[in-house]
Amino acid sequence: MSTVSLRQTTIAAGKRRSHFKKYLVAYSFILPNLIGFAIFTLVPMVFSLALSFMNWDGANQISWAGLDNFRRLLTDETFGISLRNTLFFVSGNVPLTMMASLGLALLLNQPLRGRNLFRTTFFFPYVASLVAVAVVWNMLFFPSAGPVNQVLISLGVQNPPRWAASVDWAMPTVIMASVWKGMGYYMIIYLAALQSIPSTLYEAAAVDGANGWQKFRHITLPMLTPATFFISVMLIISSFKIFDLIMVMTGGGPGRATNVLVIHIYNTAFREFRFGYSSSIAMVLLVMVLGITIVQFYMERRWVKYQ
Amino acid sequence: MDSSAAQTLVHEPSVIYPRLKIRLGRVITYAILISLALLMLLPFLWMISASLKMDKDVFRYPIEWVPAIPQWSNYIAIWTRIPFLTFFANTLKLTVTITLLQVFTSSFAAYAFAKLHFPGRDLLFLAYIGSIAIPWQVYMVPQFIMMRQLGLVDNHASLILLQAFSAFGVFLLRQFFVSIPDEILDAARIDGMSEYGIYFRIMLPLSKPALATLTIFTSVAVWNDFMGPLIYLTSQHLKTIQLGLRMFIQQYSADYALIMAAALVSLIPVVILFLALQRFFVEGIATTGVKG
Repeated sequence: MSTVSLRQTTIAAGKRRSHFKKYLVAYSFILPNLIGFAIFTLVPMVFSLALSFMNWDGANQISWAGLDNFRRLLTDETFGISLRNTLFFVSGNVPLTMMASLGLALLLNQPLRGRNLFRTTFFFPYVASLVAVAVVWNMLFFPSAGPVNQVLISLGVQNPPRWAASVDWAMPTVIMASVWKGMGYYMIIYLAALQSIPSTLYEAAAVDGANGWQKFRHITLPMLTPATFFISVMLIISSFKIFDLIMVMTGGGPGRATNVLVIHIYNTAFREFRFGYSSSIAMVLLVMVLGITIVQFYMERRWVKYQ
Repeated sequence: MDSSAAQTLVHEPSVIYPRLKIRLGRVITYAILISLALLMLLPFLWMISASLKMDKDVFRYPIEWVPAIPQWSNYIAIWTRIPFLTFFANTLKLTVTITLLQVFTSSFAAYAFAKLHFPGRDLLFLAYIGSIAIPWQVYMVPQFIMMRQLGLVDNHASLILLQAFSAFGVFLLRQFFVSIPDEILDAARIDGMSEYGIYFRIMLPLSKPALATLTIFTSVAVWNDFMGPLIYLTSQHLKTIQLGLRMFIQQYSADYALIMAAALVSLIPVVILFLALQRFFVEGIATTGVKG
């Protein structure tokens, strides 16, 4: 109470000049970050939209292209393939990572000895560098002599898949590596959500004679929907952005089997120097990511239950 | 009557052997967890094992997990084959510089967003949040063009400038700062402390967990960054460890053992940081759900 009344007196006594000074102080806090943020993030964002309507190779005169770049997308075979590949990756990576991370979280959400050790172990691949991880995966899944295929052969598999080296298996291999690397991170979010479910709910259900599955289906899952919503938004965005893992594991190949949108953007911009066209591909990526995120937020109230 | 009899039958074992049932469940849980943990660690264990072998033995089957004659010389060779030390030093320099700048500028701005009042605050904060939702890949090309105009391509300054002012860092710290009660700050103001004094002597000391979280996320992200250096750095003497590792893979694609040794060495700083500060990692993710 005393602070409130004191604050009121200072405000009442404050003159316009002191307000101005207060604003100045506030802006001085913001400015170091804001200047950099505006120049290196906001300006390029706007520039990116403008660039998608331009033709520019970075050296010659920049010229207006209108909708040409977007029209070209329709006939660009590689764009179509990378769009399909991206959707393939998203539709594999998102559900698998979610199921794996929920499974791990449920296992760890018990009074276990060494729980922290397990948690650390499952989380570790997430902080390991993608390049190092991609290299090991490639070696483990080496088609001819890799340990995975040698094990498969010794188990009697006649023609084990050629994994990252085969057109059909390259994307599943990348998805597998991605799930392995990412699930520990989302597990921690699920674990935090699980631990916030009041135990009284389970006790009440037990009194009513609910079995394990019923408790899971009618208490755990509904109580986890906010976490599931959050994870699905994050995971979908990050899956659309996939680049590093694929770049190191397959380079977009074999052929164009794992050529995803960001690899196409990268190649168009930094190998072919078609900056305008690459920006129009980037706009497609942006519209898809934002579109899906907006739809998710719109659908949120239909299935997400907040306490 | 029948159904109740059936019920007692079903329940009987757990009444008579409740401990045994619980213990069996435990054993199964542990068995699953241990095998999953091994599965998670297997690639790293294989990496260690392979890094100590001769190239011709790396793919020998059955796998010899502990090499009979460990080739420690592999760990010397990687430093001489490619300028690994330079890559290491470059990455360290970038990581430290970017992390320090980011934590400083972010916490400074976050204080104003959380605790000060000024016109345009909410709109500006909305712009910050909005920018987080936009993938970097969408505007990386204009950024590159801009940096080229500034003459900063193939220069560490470009990567530093691009990553020092993070909207994400502002958001993370602002969320934490908001939770610190205004009463503490008001008391300090009445005692005549300036806003800068409050920021340095009250806000920062109270926010150690949040600052640690941002420090860890940023440094791990910069250390592991691959796409940024790939786009901006072309000179050998400027490259980072991730680029160096990839170069190594491409140049010596058959030197399996050396590649594994190099990959392992590139992981060590992150492993140390992670193990030392994993508490903050976990808390940071659990409370904010943020991503590095």
